[in-house]
Amino acid sequence: MKWEFNGKGPIAAQIVLLVEQAIARGELAPGEWLPSVRELAAEASVNPNTMQKALLELEQNGLVNTVRNTGKSVTTDTELIRATRDRLVEESIRAFLADMKSLGLDRAEVSALMERRVS
Amino acid sequence: MTSSVLECRALTKYYGSTMALDSLDLTLEKGRIVGLLGPNGSGKTTLIKIAAGLLTPTSGTIRICGFAPSPESKALVSYLPEFTYFENHMRVRECFELFRDFYDDFDETKARDMIRDLGVSPEKRMRELSKGMKEKVQLVTVMSRRSRLFLLDEPIAGVDPASRDYILNTIIRNYSEDSTILISTHLISDVENVLDDYVFIRDGKVWQTGSVEALRENENKSVDALFREVFRYEVR
Repeated sequence: MKWEFNGKGPIAAQIVLLVEQAIARGELAPGEWLPSVRELAAEASVNPNTMQKALLELEQNGLVNTVRNTGKSVTTDTELIRATRDRLVEESIRAFLADMKSLGLDRAEVSALMERRVS
Repeated sequence: MTSSVLECRALTKYYGSTMALDSLDLTLEKGRIVGLLGPNGSGKTTLIKIAAGLLTPTSGTIRICGFAPSPESKALVSYLPEFTYFENHMRVRECFELFRDFYDDFDETKARDMIRDLGVSPEKRMRELSKGMKEKVQLVTVMSRRSRLFLLDEPIAGVDPASRDYILNTIIRNYSEDSTILISTHLISDVENVLDDYVFIRDGKVWQTGSVEALRENENKSVDALFREVFRYEVR
């Protein structure tokens, strides 16, 4: 997994997004065990407390489970994984449309542009 | 009883008539990785050397886990100096032996494991190692103690990006909730993701402190960006 961070916004939130994306595209498979917090922190070159905070948030939204005395694993709830991917896709499209709007394109122009690009 | 690992009150240091620390107040709690950040000549190394028990303050107090600088405090502090202190003729093994003799909390097995991962033979002499490798061997040695306070003076200055990553990862892997790691550096963007807190020091005083994540959350700003604002007249 590639860990790249930008200067804006909390690192914990950026970690949450990167892990969500990895789960959505299947790079982190359902049920896969995650390395320890310390190991993940070292891999991503981030503060261990920040990594802990991000994993806690992923646990709270159900994407990561903690098995006591064993470790953390990716959820096996494929429905939740699909819903997560849909949400990330929706967020990306919304951000993209906002960008296009700020460049002065209307919906018909964007639609025509996408048609040509994708086909 | 205090839970702080380092506590400085009105800490002042003069070199002759030159003031290096100006009534500095600072408290570090346990379980934190803290960046000591400031321009050259702001007092970073002086503060670290006083905390390590190598310099005596002119006035003011400093306590490490409640101890004034003494053999008791030195037993709790692991110090990585800015410049290497292992002699060129020493073998890696001999550096470890030196630490084993000096410090009860030195974990030689851990140090040997980390050296093996680096691909360095314990029989190598310091003079046979590259600058980056020498820095790594020294960091491994210092981080292999079970100390309460780690003082790392410019641990990533002048090393290549791969060595920098190794050094930061070694710091993270050896972090413990019972200890505090103080890292002095002027290479802020390289280390800020590793930090819990930042301490800006200027003209021998603590100028500003805070949490790295809170700064990003509340002001949407990196420590590097804040540092450039605060020190814009000094940074060239």
